[in-house]
Amino acid sequence: MSTPLEASSSEQVDDVSSSVSLAKQIRRLWQGDTGLGPILIGLLVLIIYFEARTSVFLSAGNITNLFIQATIFILLGMAEIWLLLMGDIDLSIGYSAGIGGAVAVILTSTQHDWSWFIALPLGVLACVLISVVWGTIVIRLRLPSFIVTLAGQIGLLGVLLYLINSQGNTGGSLPVQEKVLYDLVNGDLSPVATWVVIVASVVLLGWIILRSDQRRRSAGLEAKPMWLSFAKVIALAAAGVLLAIIFNTNRSSFTFLNGMPFAIPIDLGVLAAGTFILTKTRAGRYIYAIGGNVEAARRAGINVNRYRLLAFVFSGFTTGIAGLLYVSRLNGISTGIEGGTYVLYAVAAGVIGGTSLFGGRGKMIHAVVGGLVIATIYNGMALINVSAAGLYMVTALVLLAAVVVDAIARRSNSSSTN
Amino acid sequence: MTLTPEPPTSGVSEAGYTTGGSGVGVIDKEQLLSLRGIAKSFGPVQALKRVDLDVPPAQVTALIGDNGAGKSVLIKTISGIYPASAGQIFWKGREVHPHTPRDSSELGIATVYQDLALCDNLDIVQNMYLGREETRFTQLDEIKMELATKELLKDLAVSTVKSVRQLVGSLSGGQRQAIAVARAVMRDSELVIMDEPTAALGVSQTAQVLELVRTLASRGIAVILISHNLNDVFKVADRIAVMHLGTLVSHGPIANYDVASAVEMITTGASSRVPTNSPNGD
Ligand SMILES: Nc1ncnc2c1ncn2[C@@H]1O[C@H](COP(=O)(O)OP(=O)(O)OP(=O)(O)O)[C@@H](O)[C@H]1O
Ligand SMILES: [Mg+2]
Repeated sequence: MSTPLEASSSEQVDDVSSSVSLAKQIRRLWQGDTGLGPILIGLLVLIIYFEARTSVFLSAGNITNLFIQATIFILLGMAEIWLLLMGDIDLSIGYSAGIGGAVAVILTSTQHDWSWFIALPLGVLACVLISVVWGTIVIRLRLPSFIVTLAGQIGLLGVLLYLINSQGNTGGSLPVQEKVLYDLVNGDLSPVATWVVIVASVVLLGWIILRSDQRRRSAGLEAKPMWLSFAKVIALAAAGVLLAIIFNTNRSSFTFLNGMPFAIPIDLGVLAAGTFILTKTRAGRYIYAIGGNVEAARRAGINVNRYRLLAFVFSGFTTGIAGLLYVSRLNGISTGIEGGTYVLYAVAAGVIGGTSLFGGRGKMIHAVVGGLVIATIYNGMALINVSAAGLYMVTALVLLAAVVVDAIARRSNSSSTN
Repeated sequence: MTLTPEPPTSGVSEAGYTTGGSGVGVIDKEQLLSLRGIAKSFGPVQALKRVDLDVPPAQVTALIGDNGAGKSVLIKTISGIYPASAGQIFWKGREVHPHTPRDSSELGIATVYQDLALCDNLDIVQNMYLGREETRFTQLDEIKMELATKELLKDLAVSTVKSVRQLVGSLSGGQRQAIAVARAVMRDSELVIMDEPTAALGVSQTAQVLELVRTLASRGIAVILISHNLNDVFKVADRIAVMHLGTLVSHGPIANYDVASAVEMITTGASSRVPTNSPNGD
């Protein structure tokens, strides 16, 4: 009864009868088969718009660039979704990622010269530890994660400045001096490896889809029609082939540059691991349960504190990966990192994709779609020379729209229960 | 938290004799659950004062009493949410000390709370198995859980839900109650405790839930049913237990009571027609 989590999840919204039918329709649309229909259509509209405005938009080089831009939003978005699912939030992950990245940069610098093999995991570990500290404070002292991590945001910026300045007179930034760290984003798979990754992903995913249908059918349970599953797999394969072709097209005007950037299989791996944990394991089930009704979870015998902390750990891990890719992309870490802004985009990516701010509803894939939407807006608006002012306002509108839909969906949920 | 003036309970032997509290006497091994001298205080508030109650197997025991009489507190002591300040709980003649909900559910006691404790964002199968998921190579075995859920709902004649993969948040009050009961039954429970299961329900949904209660009893499961609706009570109960201001003022077979005497006892704690507190009134 005392956690903010409970308060927000049991809060009732009365008297929405007038908006119920509209709300129900929106929810049905929103939560359809994958829940992604509307936002994918929105993304398509954005793409068509930008392509109509400038033909550069759909060039191989720009699409690849867009994926790389999206990576940081996607990874931080996934880090945030672990917590959003429980009705929690971490406002400090932008700076936490910066610290993780800084640890990797510093340890692999020519001065310290640690192997990437040790330094990169230590960077990730730093982020996990930070999340564990926040999680422990939030859970043990029963404080709102919002407040704890707001304080944390400021504190971590201080830690980051300290780390960077501790390396001598650096002028406020440290460059990446190690090849593996540099290549995380700037390196590419060979064209053959690109095909291998894509074909393997499509085959694996297709096999999972068809086999789970098959198992349901042979157990005598109703399953989706066979053609629908095949259609899904074919669409997946088509998208995969298209991406492979795009990545394998030369995207440099002076030298030759092609292949899938390493960042993409990293994103895919984190997505697959997160999705697996959330949908196929007890831990995932309990995270949803805690976000839905913490008291019910407790009475079902679930060790709520343990699983809340575990979600913080997963969040920290994902933040750490994001931090490594961040420093790789910027080829260094500077005291000017906009950690606060990144957090907002991370939350926005999740919510735009369809994850609820109120806990209990969301998926890892939401961060991918939401992150792509944000990157598309960024990328497209820069191409058509919209000012930063316009960019911020449009992003805000998209986020606001996503939050409104989220709130309406939630309202209709709770009104249908009483 | 133990501020009770009662002497510590003592003198329990495996033979089933008990002293202490008010209920000095033999524990009948035929009884599924026996409470002796159960007391519970919350600081200065004495919510329960020496409650003695026997619950036989495969029967529906209705627990009635006015608001604040202590019904919910009593079942919470049985189910391990508030350990009793004093007194003893015997399960099949053996003394037990449920300290957590898990303890009681391991004994075979399942409680359906007034607020149901379901996760609206999970579907029926996920709620049914929450905290006890079946796994296969460490992965959730959704098919096994779904099949068993369907089977159980069919057994309990819960036929109104369209799909067991429906989110619980989209169910009606009666359906939610049915799911909460089904979940309680699933773990081979021998006693199902239901706190006001029909309080928020309409006529037909109430009938559904009452039917479910009878189904449980006919399957050999004991039920403790808390209800303010005496019509419902007289429809389904085999026995009645009346609470008044933290004490159990009367209990016995339903044949000993009628609506008028029950109402009298609920409001005044005594009745001119039924002998009060007859531990072996049957
Ligand atoms: N956690 C608690 N802390 C302090 N007092 C409590 C607590 N729980 C119950 N009480 C008190 O114990 C008494 C019995 O409450 P209980 O909830 O058992 O009543 P009840 O018989 O279930 O009533 P109702 O029919 O309204 O549900 C009440 O006076 C109540 O205020
Ligand atoms: Mg009550």
